[in-house]
Amino acid sequence: MNDVLLNIEDLVVSYTSDNKKVNAVNGMNIVVKKGETVGLVGETGAGKTTTAKAILKLIPNPPGVIERGKIYFSGEDLIKKRESEMRKIRGNKISMIFQDPMTSLNPVITIGEQIAEVIRLHQKVSKAKAGIIACEMLERVGIPKVRYDEYPHQFSGGMKQRVVIAIALACNPQLLIADEPTTALDVTIQAQILELMHKLKIDFNTSMIMISHDLGVVAEICDKVAIVYAGQVVEFGTVKDVYKNTAHPYTKGLFSAIPKIEGDRPKRLFYIPGLMPDPTNIPVGCPFSPRCSFKFSTCEKEAPKDIYVDENHLVRCHLYGEKERELDLCQFY
Amino acid sequence: MSKDSKRKRGQFKEAWIRLKRNKAAMFGLFVIIMLFIMAVFAPFISPYGYDEQHLKMANLLPSWRHLMGTDNFGRDIFSRIIYGSRVSLQVGFIAVGIGVLIGGTLGSISAYYGGIVDNVIMRFIDTLLAIPGTLLAISIAAALGPGLTNAMIAVGVGTVPTYARVVRASVLTVKEQEFIEAARCIGVKDYKIIVKHILPNAMAPLIVQATLGVAGAILSAAALSFIGLGIQPPTPEWGAMLSAGRVYIRDYWHIVTFPGVTIMVTIFSLNLFGDGLRDALDPRLKR
Repeated sequence: MNDVLLNIEDLVVSYTSDNKKVNAVNGMNIVVKKGETVGLVGETGAGKTTTAKAILKLIPNPPGVIERGKIYFSGEDLIKKRESEMRKIRGNKISMIFQDPMTSLNPVITIGEQIAEVIRLHQKVSKAKAGIIACEMLERVGIPKVRYDEYPHQFSGGMKQRVVIAIALACNPQLLIADEPTTALDVTIQAQILELMHKLKIDFNTSMIMISHDLGVVAEICDKVAIVYAGQVVEFGTVKDVYKNTAHPYTKGLFSAIPKIEGDRPKRLFYIPGLMPDPTNIPVGCPFSPRCSFKFSTCEKEAPKDIYVDENHLVRCHLYGEKERELDLCQFY
Repeated sequence: MSKDSKRKRGQFKEAWIRLKRNKAAMFGLFVIIMLFIMAVFAPFISPYGYDEQHLKMANLLPSWRHLMGTDNFGRDIFSRIIYGSRVSLQVGFIAVGIGVLIGGTLGSISAYYGGIVDNVIMRFIDTLLAIPGTLLAISIAAALGPGLTNAMIAVGVGTVPTYARVVRASVLTVKEQEFIEAARCIGVKDYKIIVKHILPNAMAPLIVQATLGVAGAILSAAALSFIGLGIQPPTPEWGAMLSAGRVYIRDYWHIVTFPGVTIMVTIFSLNLFGDGLRDALDPRLKR
């Protein structure tokens, strides 16, 4: 168990809005080992970003509350940490990269200073030394250091995301959370940024949580993948397991919804019928049951438990487990 | 770091270029700079001392010896106006400074923390707003007693609500930006987020309000002096000079006219400059 860096157990986060309780995260379990990259995949509103913010305890309160659960980071429960202790962890041991590089840099401070700021916050170095480290970081992410004194508006989107990565990695964190880091960039730049992140991740020996809704991106750089639906992980395993031996009906639906270039193209793209459950009113049993084509009576009454279908492959579905229903699910899709 | 500082302060440079196109604002700026020079070099420019009395030469009309004539004590009005610019500019800028400092702090704290803090601070500000600014200044000046320092405090406190509201409004928009969350994400402390990350981005409306506020503060200080609660004689202050000369207005027009015109020109220039600045800093007007 020593190589486990982050262990989230039964995390529940809710927001209050118009006197209604919105359950953004419902019993999330994730394990990230040292040096591993875990992809979080799910639809918009599935609770991916909320989970990421909960790890850093940046859920705006009010309206958000971490109701229960544990977040163990290097063996310590982050939920119990005080704000001052969290500040020492943020940016130092855990960093985050935001979705939109256009807005995640301060427009009135030079990029060099912004990198130096995080170094000065967490390391006891002089201003000059921090500047030198910041220059090194710039070079590492592929920006010439002569641009140290420039402002964010003088950079393109891809370059800005490089700066954001430099800020995130400046203190050599143990965990990097990337919240859809390439969604706002165009495809050619996406590939560059992903490659850069992958390379730096190995150089710095950092673990990474990659939030995305792009299964292709996840397959490219992740070791493990967690499929998130309605605030919980419905399937978790190595990329190979999840992509080849897909277990959960929702995951199967996701894969079927990817357009294919080869072979006969169906007239219409496959989609999973229905919508994500209303987060203020999540079904009693399995949250996916209203949309699931394999549901049976238990599904609507009882919430499914995590079941290991393979050594490293978890699935939260009634189709597996005691009953071991031998259904050839693939024929339906 | 690098020597390439030409590109530094990009947005302010851009604003300056836009400001330069505005003739009226440049005229305002020119007058303000002249006033500053006048204030700084007063002993070298003024032909007489501000309290030099020549009773034999009292109430003289403007002439080459006394450009703006003399008052009822035979003091040279031109010299007194030059010295008076020291007091007026001081009052104007320091009073605004007090207002910006207190109002800005209250406004940014209130906007950043929100909730109960916001409510308590803003209700306090509303209470201040309920009392007319001039009346508030008069009561503070009356309570503290007359004098330069007290006049500055009185005028400054009277402007606190305006700045608090301006700063609160702009901080509210900036604090929702993603880079503030990114700053929190790297472990920056709250007060540092406000000072380093939010305020520089929320500056533009404050700068404009403050520039216009200087004019208002000079006027308020003059008003206080006019009713005898501000600067005391023999210190020359434009408002006080106006007040002292009003008795003679029927016979000697020049005693009140010149201080009055000076106040008017100063306020006018500050307003022109302030308006120009607002246009220059407004990104929506970018061409």
